[in-house]
Amino acid sequence: MIKLEDLTKTFGSVIAADRINMEVPEGEICILLGPSGCGKTTTLKMVNRLIEKTSGKILVGGRDTDNMDPVEVRRGMGYVIQQIGLFPNMTVEENICVVPRLLKWDDAKAKRRAAELLELVALDPSVFLKRFPRELSGGQQQRVGVARALAADPPVMIMDEPFGAIDPINREIIQDEFLRMQKTLRKTILFVSHDIDEAVKMGDKIAIFRAGKLEQYDTPDTILAHPANSFIADFVGADRTLKRLRLVTVAEAQNGAVGTVSLTDDLSRAYAILREGHLDTIVVLDPQGLPVGWVHAEDAVGIGPVSSRMRPLPATIRTDADLRTAVAMMFTHDVTWLTCINADGRFGGCITQAGITRRLGDTYRSRSASAPMPQGAVA
Amino acid sequence: MTKEAGAAIAIGRLSKIALPVRGFVILSAIGVAVAAAYAMGLLKDIIRRWDDITFLSVQHMELAAISGGMAVVVGVLLGIALSRKRFRAFAEAVMQALNIGTTIPTLAVLALSMSILGIGAPPAIFALWLMTLLPIVRNTYIGLLEVPAHLIEAATGMGMKPAEILWRVELPNALYVIFAGIRTAVTVNVGTVPLAFLIGGGGLGELIFTGIDLSEPGMMLAGAIPTAILAVITDFVIALVTRAVVPRGVMPET
Repeated sequence: MIKLEDLTKTFGSVIAADRINMEVPEGEICILLGPSGCGKTTTLKMVNRLIEKTSGKILVGGRDTDNMDPVEVRRGMGYVIQQIGLFPNMTVEENICVVPRLLKWDDAKAKRRAAELLELVALDPSVFLKRFPRELSGGQQQRVGVARALAADPPVMIMDEPFGAIDPINREIIQDEFLRMQKTLRKTILFVSHDIDEAVKMGDKIAIFRAGKLEQYDTPDTILAHPANSFIADFVGADRTLKRLRLVTVAEAQNGAVGTVSLTDDLSRAYAILREGHLDTIVVLDPQGLPVGWVHAEDAVGIGPVSSRMRPLPATIRTDADLRTAVAMMFTHDVTWLTCINADGRFGGCITQAGITRRLGDTYRSRSASAPMPQGAVA
Repeated sequence: MTKEAGAAIAIGRLSKIALPVRGFVILSAIGVAVAAAYAMGLLKDIIRRWDDITFLSVQHMELAAISGGMAVVVGVLLGIALSRKRFRAFAEAVMQALNIGTTIPTLAVLALSMSILGIGAPPAIFALWLMTLLPIVRNTYIGLLEVPAHLIEAATGMGMKPAEILWRVELPNALYVIFAGIRTAVTVNVGTVPLAFLIGGGGLGELIFTGIDLSEPGMMLAGAIPTAILAVITDFVIALVTRAVVPRGVMPET
């Protein structure tokens, strides 16, 4: 969807972008990441031609932007900046309608669109449409900034540290909202960030820049697990494996058989299952299939119902949660395994610390078989 | 630059605070003058000249309207032009020249104007125009420069053309500062028009200066009081226009 070919920008003798080659597939978020002065913002602004490139090619949707009027290029892309840049002289509605009006949309249609977009970014149109930007909090302003960029439904969005000026708590919320929107909108997004955590969270791909060069362009998991050089390894941080916890869901790290018994079953049944599967523990489900407790193998002796020896579950975790949450929960409750539940609340297997370690280690095992570990990388 | 920006903002703030305060001060001054005039039995003296007062007031306002109106048109256009990128290089030099111009006493400008254009209304209008022009150019220029760069970047990035950016982003956001300049300059203009009489330009100065020369306080006040009232009304009207024209999101919060 967005393709950069040998894209280069020089300011005098300074090379701000040095033969950048990359391609962002349709519907993906690509994070341009790097320290300040690395060329990520220059690269971004060359795409919507706020900065004219020195050489190379930029293709958007297969069209060479050299053959297009810069104004036309920009009107076809949503643009969000760190300072938000809402126009103080216009109401929220007028701000959102800027590009539709430039594109000569019918007024009523533009206004309908503004209301619809406010709903999308979780702001009540009846409250916010007629407000002026200064009457909004920083987080609300940035939501409007995103709505404004989406106004004409552009296939491509250019975002320059869009959530950089928001306090950490609101930033998390807005990032989550944005990802939720992106699930249905499927925009192709170029997103500049200097924050590795944001990049890992938001990006389908991460492009790491240093001194005008694209150092590595890959999925967050690959970059964290296999940084191409020591600069990237340093940049993503010594705790990069912990950051990978965010990228994997509980469902992906579940392994091994799990035994279950019904609340009304007899202990002998639990014992049989434990024996047969060589298990230490067994999860107890109620008649609706919801996990209610567990029984340790040592306790599964004697007679009577399962419920007589059942221990309560310290916590349960949803299978669509990330491993970071799972590990945090394990540490909180001082356990090495957790019972999982599906979105409907029913039993969804178990996750163990061993399973998590195994899942995170997979990538190293498969790589070491085929390619040597990059220098400086620590498994 | 920052000093000037500070000055522009200060002018903005001043005229905001000053609306009730300045109006009150001037109105009470007029009240005191009227009371004093009455006590001295001069009120009759003033009212006796009612025809002169109305005729000269109209002439006075004509001088102010022509010179002020032209100053607003030329000043705003010049301010816009100076704030454009391609003129920025000269802009600072022009602003410095204008700043020096502001320090020349009005009487000196009138005298210079007369020595070139002769006597009568035209040289008076020219001198008043010049004096009024300077603050308007300065505030327009600074107001436009003070529009945050990220707004212009956002506008450009959204696909606005330079003219669209000027009309829809830059001017609306600079409007409060521009109007603060217009208000100060035009109000001062109305108060300065009496000097036009000195070079044969007419206006209420005729009563003021003749009254002084003839040692007739009644005649002098018959010119001075209407001049003050006209200045207050002008200030008030421009304040109302400001409130009507400047977008609510740009007005300083009260």
